Formats: sequence, structure tokens, C-alpha cells
Amino acid sequence: MKILVCITHVPDTTSKISFTDGDQKFDQTGVQFVIGPYDDYALARAVELKEQSGGSITVLNVGGAETEPTIRKALAIGADDAVRVNADPKDSLFVAKQIAAHAKEANYDLILMGRESIDFNGGMVHGMVGEILGIPSVSPVMTLDVEGETVKMSREIEGGKETVEGKMPLVAGCQEPIAEWKIPNMRGIMSARTKPLNVIEPVSDEVATSLEKYELPPAKGAVKMVSADNVQELVDLLKNEAKVL
Amino acid sequence: MATLVFVESAEGKIKNTSLEAVVYAARVGGDITAIALGTEVEDTELESLGKYGASKVLKVSDDRLNQGVIQAYANVLSQAMDNIGADLLVLANSSLGAPVSARVAIKQDASLVSNVTELPDTSNGFKVKRSIYTGKAFANVELTKAKKVIAIKKNAAEISESEGSATVETFSPELSDADFGVSITGVNKATGDVLLPEAEIVVSGGRGLKGPENWGMIEGLAEELGAATGCSKPVSDIGWRPHHEHVGQTGVKVSPTLYIAVGISGAIQHLAGVNSSKYIVVVNKDEDAPFFKAADYGIAGDAFEIIPKLTEALKAAR
Ligand SMILES: Cc1cc2nc3c(=O)[nH]c(=O)nc-3n(C[C@H](O)[C@H](O)[C@H](O)COP(=O)(O)OP(=O)(O)OC[C@H]3O[C@@H](n4cnc5c(N)ncnc54)[C@H](O)[C@@H]3O)c2cc1C
Ligand SMILES: Nc1ncnc2c1ncn2[C@@H]1O[C@H](COP(=O)(O)O)[C@@H](O)[C@H]1O
Repeated sequence: MKILVCITHVPDTTSKISFTDGDQKFDQTGVQFVIGPYDDYALARAVELKEQSGGSITVLNVGGAETEPTIRKALAIGADDAVRVNADPKDSLFVAKQIAAHAKEANYDLILMGRESIDFNGGMVHGMVGEILGIPSVSPVMTLDVEGETVKMSREIEGGKETVEGKMPLVAGCQEPIAEWKIPNMRGIMSARTKPLNVIEPVSDEVATSLEKYELPPAKGAVKMVSADNVQELVDLLKNEAKVL
Repeated sequence: MATLVFVESAEGKIKNTSLEAVVYAARVGGDITAIALGTEVEDTELESLGKYGASKVLKVSDDRLNQGVIQAYANVLSQAMDNIGADLLVLANSSLGAPVSARVAIKQDASLVSNVTELPDTSNGFKVKRSIYTGKAFANVELTKAKKVIAIKKNAAEISESEGSATVETFSPELSDADFGVSITGVNKATGDVLLPEAEIVVSGGRGLKGPENWGMIEGLAEELGAATGCSKPVSDIGWRPHHEHVGQTGVKVSPTLYIAVGISGAIQHLAGVNSSKYIVVVNKDEDAPFFKAADYGIAGDAFEIIPKLTEALKAAR
């Protein structure tokens, strides 16, 4: 089985978010970048599937050279080779076009992504890639098993889940509890250094959106503390001040 | 401008998040057509969309569409856009709306933006504000293609009703077997309860509750408030609560008017899922718990004493 895992290079979930250049750019100062947590689940499941039934895992990122340490980490976790599309990921359409163009050539059985990137939270790239390639896309996927040519999944819906199945090839946007995040071991880290990381140029620069500016939410006012002996005061505040009851 | 709005239903009723989408579209302006798929919603319910601003509802009576098959839905919506000459599609950014909208955007060669939080600025182009970095920031973006798809976040438009009735028309798109390549073999969903992603009030419990046997008081409080219940990630990881209740960065993102957090420390990843709540109440026995910094109201104390008292006080205040 040939699996493609698409990964993002995003600020660690504890990062403070701020912007520079007249609110046109994300401020990277002091920020640690990681594999997107959902992409990390997708990668972990790919590694398990490979352990069960063999095959190969390619990881792909659309990004500049600064993403290579993140890509190497994915190789250390268990991907066999990597592709970096050398371009700033301008918007979801731009990214989807790059991924689809690569996937069309390489004929993957499964394309695993995260349910959403944690920077732009679009949750869109997997559906776009599925549509461009003319194959099914399923998201958000909570479990995924392969039986012959059939992929059995559960998909989260509001208040529960549904079980779905389809034939390969297909695209899945993954989330927990699909697999446990994997931590690279020493052998993985050593071998990752020599695994192939191919840099390719973008196939198109089509975009569908353009950024005006970023902004931060207004600062939150101070908390009003209520004594533990006086829950009635909280009820009054909710009723008369917040007017939410 | 002609706009199509995709509406979803649960148990025969149009979902509130979809009513918001209709209201949103009506405020943007133009001619509003809604579309409902499947056979489970009565015509009278569809006609009532007129109260929110739809003039027409396309009804696609095909029982294969009683389940949310992503590819088939995308194909239907795209054909409906062609049919009415729509240049805008509006839908709720739901677990079905999101994956469907991505495919429609490609079919229609449209600009797509999800997690939209406000009405667009159409004074010069078509610009929207969207939530990014899991609610920690916003981006103002312009949709540059002629056709547009926007998936709105809860509370992007406040629902208001007026007089009106929409005319219901049958729409029969062409679907092939390929559209049903992925089949839904089972649905397992809590019924009757208030659904977490759509709830106006949410009561969540964390590891401070010590064990699943103590959730009775969380449920009691939620019931009194007509609220949905949620939890922190470790709570669903250990299996105290089902996964679909897990709130945060890697779980459900909620936008209620009131979020009550009980025995949750307020880790940044949890806050990422609740930061678009209007009001936050925190109950935690540690007065230095980080959650208090993100709260509007707080009580420092033992949840096991406070929550039953709070439930009683709410009951008395009714
Ligand atoms: C990549 C990543 C993603 C993550 N995603 C999420 C996510 O989506 N959602 C999420 O929730 N977490 C997420 N986490 C985990 C997060 O970092 C925290 O570990 C988690 O939120 C802590 O859960 P908690 O507050 O229930 O438990 P704890 O941190 O253990 O807090 C328990 C709290 O209960 C209080 N308490 C104890 N006893 C009582 C009592 N009797 N009465 C009142 N209060 C009491 C304590 O003072 C404490 O503040 C993520 C972590 C990572 C690394
Ligand atoms: N720049 C990128 N490079 C590779 N994969 C990406 C990129 N951006 C998004 N993806 C994939 O698409 C998924 C959904 O992203 P998004 O639509 O941005 O929320 C992510 O979880 C990744 O798997």
C-alpha cells in the first residue's frame, strides 16, 4: 500500500500568536514549530498501517526551506521519503493544487491529512484534493482500517459518529483517536538524516483569496470572583449583568 | 446577486446553525434560495425558511440523501448553483458542511473561506473576517474569484424572524453511482440531548472531578440550564466521557453564550476550544488556576460543594 501523508509546519499549540509588518505577517519570534497535531495523528496511523501490511509512506509539505526540520521529524517517526513543494502556502486552493499534482503522478492508495491545519483551521485541503483528483474524501475521520481494497472509517458528526466505507484510493482528514502520537526513537532520528527529501517547484500559482490583514481579539476584562459561600451572587450576575439566563 | 444556502436538519427540524446561514445570506442581500437534501423534512418546515429570508427552497427528495454522503451532496449543491445561477453559496461550517463545501468550491471554481465570523464587507470587493489559530486571531481576507463559497462559524449572524413563507420546489439533480462511492453503514448519535457544537450553554468537567461516577452533578447542572455537557481532553482520553464531548484545540470548538468550566485547569489547548464563548464561568479549587485569567466570573472552591449549591440556586431562581 502506498500512503501519502500531508503535513503542516505550524506553531506549537502553546505559542503566543502575534503579527508583524503592519499585521501582514505572523511573528515567528520565539515560536517553536511542530508537525500539525492532526497531521501527526494521520502520520501515526500511516505508520501503524505500514507495520500491519507493509507498503511505503511519503510525507509532503508545501512550504519554504524552513519547514525541513519538521519534515525530517516526520521521517524520523516512520515515513520513508519526503517531498517539499518549494513555495509559501498561500491559501488552501494553492496547497490543494500542489498536492493533487504530485499525487496524480505518484498514484497513492491512501492520502491521509489532518482534519484541519491549526494555523488557518480551514479544514478544506483534503476535500479540495479529493475533488481535483476525482476520488472520495472523508473528514473528520476518527478510526481507519483497511481490508483488501476497502477502507472502513468512522467519521465524527455533531453529537456522535457514523461508520463509512469506501474503496481506495481515497483522501481522509484525520483526528483522534485514530492513533496515538508517535515519538521518534534514536534509530528513527539517525535514519531520517539520510532518507530522501525531494524538493519540487510549484505547478501553479493560482489562489482564490488574498489577505488584507490579521488581527487579534480584544483583550478580556478582569475576572469577577465570587465567594464560594455565595453562589447566589453568581446566579444574580449571570441573570442581571451578563443576561445569559 | 443569487445566493444558495445549504440547510441541514436533525429529526425533521432545520438546525439553528443552518437558520443562521439563511439569515446571514439574507443580510448579504440578493435573491436567497435554500436547498434541503433527503426526504426527512416536511414542506411546512421548509416553507418556514421564508421567515429568515429565503424566497425559495429547493427540495431534493432522494432517500439516498437521508445520509450525509459528502460527494453526492457536493454534486447536488453544485448543480443547484448552476440551476439558479448562484454566485454565492453560504453554509454552516458543520461536520458535513465543511467537507462538502471544499468539493463544491473546486467544482464551481469558487473562492472558499471557512470559519467566517461576521458579515462580509462588500464596499470594495468581497471581504470577510475569519477565525484563525484556533480562535486566537482573525484574518481579513478577500475572495477574489467571481463565485464564492463561505462556511460560517456559529454566531456569525444573529437569528431574527419576520413574516414570510418560502415556496418549495422539487429539484432533481443527476447523480451517478460514483457519487455514492463512499457509503454510510451506520450512525451512532446521541438523540434528544442538546448537541455540544450548537449549544447556547455548555457545562464542562475536567480531571478535577476525579472520576466518571461524579458526572451526575455536571449533568444535573446542565439539565437545569438546558445546556450541553463537555469535558477536557484527558477526561475523554481515559474514557470517563465520550470523545465527542472533548472540547479544545484537538476537540470540539464551541461558541456558546455561556461556558461553565468545572475542575478544568485552563491549559492553552483547552482554551483554544472555548475562546469564542461570550461569557465564561470557572469553578476551580485552585485560585491560581490559569483558567481564571480567561474567565468573566469565577469561584475558587471545591466543585463537589459548589456545583450542587449552584444547581439549587438556579432552580430557586427560575
Ligand atoms: C497538542 C495538544 C493538544 C491538546 N488538546 C487539548 C484539547 O483539545 N482539549 C483539552 O482539554 N486539552 C488538550 N490538551 C491537554 C492540555 O494541555 C491539558 O493537559 C488538559 O486540558 C488538562 O485537563 P484538565 O484541566 O481536565 O486536567 P488538569 O490539568 O489535571 O486540571 C484539573 C483541575 O481541576 C482542579 N480541581 C481538582 N479538584 C477540584 C475540586 N474538587 N473542585 C474544583 N476544582 C478541582 C485543579 O485545581 C486543576 O486545575 C492538549 C495537549 C497538547 C499537547
Ligand atoms: N502547506 C501544507 N503542506 C502540506 N499539507 C498541508 C498544507 N496545508 C494543509 N495541509 C494538509 O491539509 C490538512 C487540512 O488543512 P486546512 O484545510 O488548511 O485546515 C492539513 O491537516 C494537512 O494535512
